[in-house]
Amino acid sequence: MTLMLSAGSQQVFAQSDTSDNDLERMLDADKSATKKSQFVSATFKSTHIVNGQSIENVGKGVLDFRILHRFGTLNTGSENFFGLDNAITKLALDYGITNWLMVGVGRSTFDKEFDFFTKIKLARQKEHKAMSFSVSYVGGLYIQSLPASTFHLDTGQTYYFSNRVCYMNQLLIAHKFSNAFSMQIMPTHIHYNLVDSSKNPNDLFALGVGGRLKLSNRIALTGEYYYTLNPFSEANDLPVHNALSFGVDIETGGHVFQLIFTNSTAITERAVIGQTNGDWGSGDIHFGFNISRVFTIVQPKEFKNSRNKIW
Amino acid sequence: MKVMKKNVIITVLLTCCISVAFGQKYLTRTGQITFFSSTPLENIEARNNEVAAIVSQQGDIVFQAPIKSFKFQKELMQEHFNEEYMESDKYPKADFKGKIDNLSSVNFSKDGNYNVKVTGKLTIHGVTKDVSEPGTIIIKGNDITVNSKFSVATVDYNIKIPALMAGKIAKSIEVTVNCILSAVK
Repeated sequence: MTLMLSAGSQQVFAQSDTSDNDLERMLDADKSATKKSQFVSATFKSTHIVNGQSIENVGKGVLDFRILHRFGTLNTGSENFFGLDNAITKLALDYGITNWLMVGVGRSTFDKEFDFFTKIKLARQKEHKAMSFSVSYVGGLYIQSLPASTFHLDTGQTYYFSNRVCYMNQLLIAHKFSNAFSMQIMPTHIHYNLVDSSKNPNDLFALGVGGRLKLSNRIALTGEYYYTLNPFSEANDLPVHNALSFGVDIETGGHVFQLIFTNSTAITERAVIGQTNGDWGSGDIHFGFNISRVFTIVQPKEFKNSRNKIW
Repeated sequence: MKVMKKNVIITVLLTCCISVAFGQKYLTRTGQITFFSSTPLENIEARNNEVAAIVSQQGDIVFQAPIKSFKFQKELMQEHFNEEYMESDKYPKADFKGKIDNLSSVNFSKDGNYNVKVTGKLTIHGVTKDVSEPGTIIIKGNDITVNSKFSVATVDYNIKIPALMAGKIAKSIEVTVNCILSAVK
């Protein structure tokens, strides 16, 4: 009986010993059962690395207004203000329909081109897993709108609308190695309905590689290179080079500024990947910038009764 | 033998009673903590519904808030909050460990509202500070609700706000705790 009593009192003692450490252990112990693996976030700062797409989508209900500029080449000298006298401009609106589906529309100076894209998240990298990757698909549609009179058509020949159209299929495979360093590879297929020389292929295949290195929480270096497997022999009557671009991402609240150097004068993928004429070696380098400003159009539903009105 | 059996029953009953009186703990993993930053330029609100909390009848309290679980109205703010301000990869959670100062004024076996003062260590962004804040504990059967509202100065926890954003982020952030904890069986 004494034994039982002492056992009983021991139990009382054990129960009453609830220091903070014990409580913490209780929280931690239980968590292992319910812990869900988190997805990696912020692999890149912006939805684009430099010219091409990054694995990042804008969130559901978020509109991204992008202003993009590419100036002339630096080697045009001081009389052309090192290229700043002429510029290619693109304005774009990107929107997140869901957290995994994003669409965009843009208009750029180069070939008076309209472009449309959709980006779909297929897989997301999980935290603390070495062999886990984020994968997205990008589908692009490009329609140039140059007047038909610029094409020197023979009499009686018609310039079909379909001649103006290009398509792109692209996979983005990204891995965030650390808080500071991310990489992405981009197998790409571009179909040109019409090419300007029979020596140029209608279907172009390329492999891109891009990366980001954060210098601080708000500043990052980016780079991007597209290797074309079956390059055009010429574009715009000039030799073709692989596109190589570098950038600096600067983030200030709702804006991301990307200051870039690239050998591409155009901004959309079909022209950057397939029809880049600039040669880094001879100084055909374009300065340019991307400005991204995001607007939250649809509030998350958890905040319907918020005392903070964002409109 | 008969006496022995009776004693066993009494002992067991006693033990149960004592452990209920002294050892009962309350726990939740879905507690809510919100914070609110108010400036003339911009108000920012964030909500976390994945707060883990445990309270014992001896007055010990532990709260843990995973930083990545704070949801914002603007998605980009959430990214900046994690990447630039709270550095949640380095400091994945904020926690509080402390005690109820006026434990004697709380009767866990009687339903009611009790005003409490809680003192302990608050750790945010890897910085630990001694804090003492008022709150209320509402007891209703096997559940207790812990409410508290207090202010946190970002500078105290080494959270750097760049000059450009200084007008949009309050120096002192209002934190609201609202957690319903259930008795652990």
